Amino acid sequence: MIRTLPRQKGYSTAFTLYIILFYVFLFAPLVITCILAFNDSNFPALPWKGFSLDWFLAQGPERIGLLHDSSNIRSIWVSVQTAVWVSILSVTVGTMGAFLFEQEDFRGKQALYFLALTPLVIPGVILGISLLLTANSLGIYFEDTFGVDIPFLRPSFWLVVLGQFSFITTFVLLVVSARLKKFDPFLEEAALNLGATRLQVIRYITLPFLRPAIIGSGAVAFLMSFENFNTSLFLVGSETTLPINLYLQVRDGSTPIINAVSFLLIVSTSTLAVINLLLSRRQPTP
Amino acid sequence: MKNHFRLGLFIFITPVLLWLLLLIIVPHVELLLMSLHGKDDMGRTVWTLANYRNFFTEEIYWYTFVRTALYAVIVTILTFLVTFPVAFYITKIVSPRLSGFLTVLLLMPFWVSELVRVYGWMILLRESGVINHLLTSAGLLDAPVEMLYNDITMLMGLVYTSMLFMVVPLISSLEGMDDSLIEAAHDLGASPMTIFYRIIIPYAAPGITSGSIVVFMLALGNYLTPKLMGGKNSLWFTEQIYNEFIASFNWNQGAAFGFLLLALSSLIIWAGLKISKQQLGKALS
Repeated sequence: MIRTLPRQKGYSTAFTLYIILFYVFLFAPLVITCILAFNDSNFPALPWKGFSLDWFLAQGPERIGLLHDSSNIRSIWVSVQTAVWVSILSVTVGTMGAFLFEQEDFRGKQALYFLALTPLVIPGVILGISLLLTANSLGIYFEDTFGVDIPFLRPSFWLVVLGQFSFITTFVLLVVSARLKKFDPFLEEAALNLGATRLQVIRYITLPFLRPAIIGSGAVAFLMSFENFNTSLFLVGSETTLPINLYLQVRDGSTPIINAVSFLLIVSTSTLAVINLLLSRRQPTP
Repeated sequence: MKNHFRLGLFIFITPVLLWLLLLIIVPHVELLLMSLHGKDDMGRTVWTLANYRNFFTEEIYWYTFVRTALYAVIVTILTFLVTFPVAFYITKIVSPRLSGFLTVLLLMPFWVSELVRVYGWMILLRESGVINHLLTSAGLLDAPVEMLYNDITMLMGLVYTSMLFMVVPLISSLEGMDDSLIEAAHDLGASPMTIFYRIIIPYAAPGITSGSIVVFMLALGNYLTPKLMGGKNSLWFTEQIYNEFIASFNWNQGAAFGFLLLALSSLIIWAGLKISKQQLGKALS
């Protein structure tokens, strides 16, 4: 049954076999996507026609590699900018929220906490459309009443940032709160007794303690934003983010350039994940 | 002292209130209001229940709605069945050294965008895809078969994309379980079946609930996977919402659909929490 108990041979073999199959199932689509990025063919399919870097480097006219494909390069850049803004905003507000719910007392705290958790259980599509409707109504209102046109309220870069921020903040809030719960309040009291102001306590004691959680949740917020599809779908304007741009390409027929983008995504996110893991191994959380 | 604390409260509560009010409450109230508006014969905007009436009178709408809900439930159950043995293996069977490595390996694919994962399945399964190529060249198939664009493949894709959100809570709840509970039951003569139903499942119940809630919500709100793997007639409710917004430009109808989806998702999550007697905060963290 478990590792300390004697077990039947058939049981272990069958179990191990299942686990192997599971991992094959898990990795098959990713591995095949990566391999076909290097196939010297015009379609992302077998047979294997030899190794080629065309889908990364080719300059045309028959094949255009990723490096020379301005639409994909631009969307990668848009996604990076979006993700940077979303992580900065959500880490700031999420950390403030953690302080609010862990260290302050006020009336209606439970209700507000419940409300702060809901964004994670609202389907992303709904967040997207409700924000779109609100921004649109506001835009019409400003146009009719004051005669000013606010481009920010139409599907645009900033609307995507706000849409993603609205639920990623909850994630940051949960991670930072979990760390703040482990904080020893005596440390704060000692500092206050020694004459520190509350701001100094936060700056020199609490924030350094929270640093691993803040950096970790910031990294995950970046990735969540970078790969978000559902919420962004309704909010993108002319500056499409990478997942939306890829979706449009996949929908309209596929070329191995999508494999090339996917390869880069897979390699860079796995590297990030491994770095994150090594860092968290080095500083064990108390 | 008192003063300091009030100032702190003010500083912390302002951004949180702005976030929740402007990005969560107001937009959802607006969603509800929009769903209750429509155009009359003269083209004026009026209050109406027509958007909701359409939902019940047009068969295709509520059929898609019920179908999406049922499939999301099936996806949740399947995801649990597929990932539970894996979580059990990693936490209880494999040697501790290997278990860390397997966990990292398990999480890795989910750092990659859902779109890339779905795309990977598309190039594996489609008629000109890799699996068909391998099967035909091995002589197992005479002609390529289209394996994409049906319900089974769509379900598989949905299970694949939501596995992480089930397996992580399962692993963390099983990790906290003391092995001696199982050993004691074994020594007292309990059969593996009894151990499983009377000890392991009750212990893992919190993990199962939080995993199921998140998987259900994600499957219900998924747009990519049904659209790309389910083919022309996949009939997922999010696609109806998308069509009303982008294709028909009937935002009032789309808002009504969105509100119905939100109501369904909240209702099921609420029921799940009630049945398992859990708090939302606990289930999420």
